Amino acid sequence: MKSTVAAIALAFSVFVGLPTTSSAGSEDIVVEDAWARASIGTNRPGAAYMTVRNTGPDPVTLVGLETPLAMMPDIHETTTDANGVSSMGPVGEITIPAGESVALEPGGMHAMLMRLQIKMVEGETFPLTLNFADGGTLTVDVPILGIAARGPER
Amino acid sequence: MSRRTLLTYGAAIAGVAALTLFIGWWRVDGPGAPEPVAQRPLPLTQMEFQMTDQGGATVGPASLLGNPSMVFFGFTYCPDVCPTTLSDISGWLDDLGDDVAEMNVVFITVDPERDTVDGMAEYVSYFHPAIQGWTGTLDETARAAAGFRASYEKVAVEGGDYTMDHTASVFLFDAEGQFAGTIDYHEPREFAVPKIRRVLATTGEQTS
Repeated sequence: MKSTVAAIALAFSVFVGLPTTSSAGSEDIVVEDAWARASIGTNRPGAAYMTVRNTGPDPVTLVGLETPLAMMPDIHETTTDANGVSSMGPVGEITIPAGESVALEPGGMHAMLMRLQIKMVEGETFPLTLNFADGGTLTVDVPILGIAARGPER
Repeated sequence: MSRRTLLTYGAAIAGVAALTLFIGWWRVDGPGAPEPVAQRPLPLTQMEFQMTDQGGATVGPASLLGNPSMVFFGFTYCPDVCPTTLSDISGWLDDLGDDVAEMNVVFITVDPERDTVDGMAEYVSYFHPAIQGWTGTLDETARAAAGFRASYEKVAVEGGDYTMDHTASVFLFDAEGQFAGTIDYHEPREFAVPKIRRVLATTGEQTS
């Protein structure tokens, strides 16, 4: 199982590792504290969290996600209204101003991993590619923690 | 324009104005007013619903009487709010240790179409062992939510799937079933744990 994930990860990273042209800004993006929760099977959507930091002088726009793990990865946001009702919906593009960062964390934004193709197993990692408006991409290895995990530090 | 026509128009305008006022009253203060959303839950003793717990046993609000309770709504296909709530609660329970041995902690699904008894059993098994998972029919789920004044709604997402909007607060009840407060979604542990301790303390006074 682990080797299958690794093989897919490798194949995928080779694929996304092809030279990306006209990168302006996205090469200054750093992803920190990425983590995800293990899944029960593949029927339920998964979620991944991280901090996306823009270390460069120009704003950078995150336009989408890709991963071999899920057919429909997308950034969603949870909002809770004055009556305590929580709802969730797609965020769309996220522009990160120069020198700032965007946090994907429980109860706020998260990488929603819809249509899981592979069960998310605690202790493994999976590659998640961030696609930017300038055509640049960044692939990070996301560690999978337990279902009851609360954050990147355990 | 004759005097008679003017009178007719005048009466018509007055009639429309009166009707407008009446409709306004009906919809805002009268019988047509929307139910206030953020009401206090009923006492458990006034609720009526029947569900199945993670072990297959028939349960309802009366099952919770005799010990303080913590009840919240969610669904297992929820990737963010629900695991966060369940792990927050697991953390509170760890903090409280033996003090919560007698407390009922119940996760009620608002998505019984996908959350079967087995599905709930597996899901809750990953969190604190005190957490129970209840599921019921669509009708019983609606009755339960109405009693807790919780709301939920199915929302379609891209690709033909759906998600559920739902009340994410945690409801506290004392051993007699009286509503004893709410812990908001993602409330910090330093606020949540004292609220639970307070309910546990009140219950101790009443029984001793």
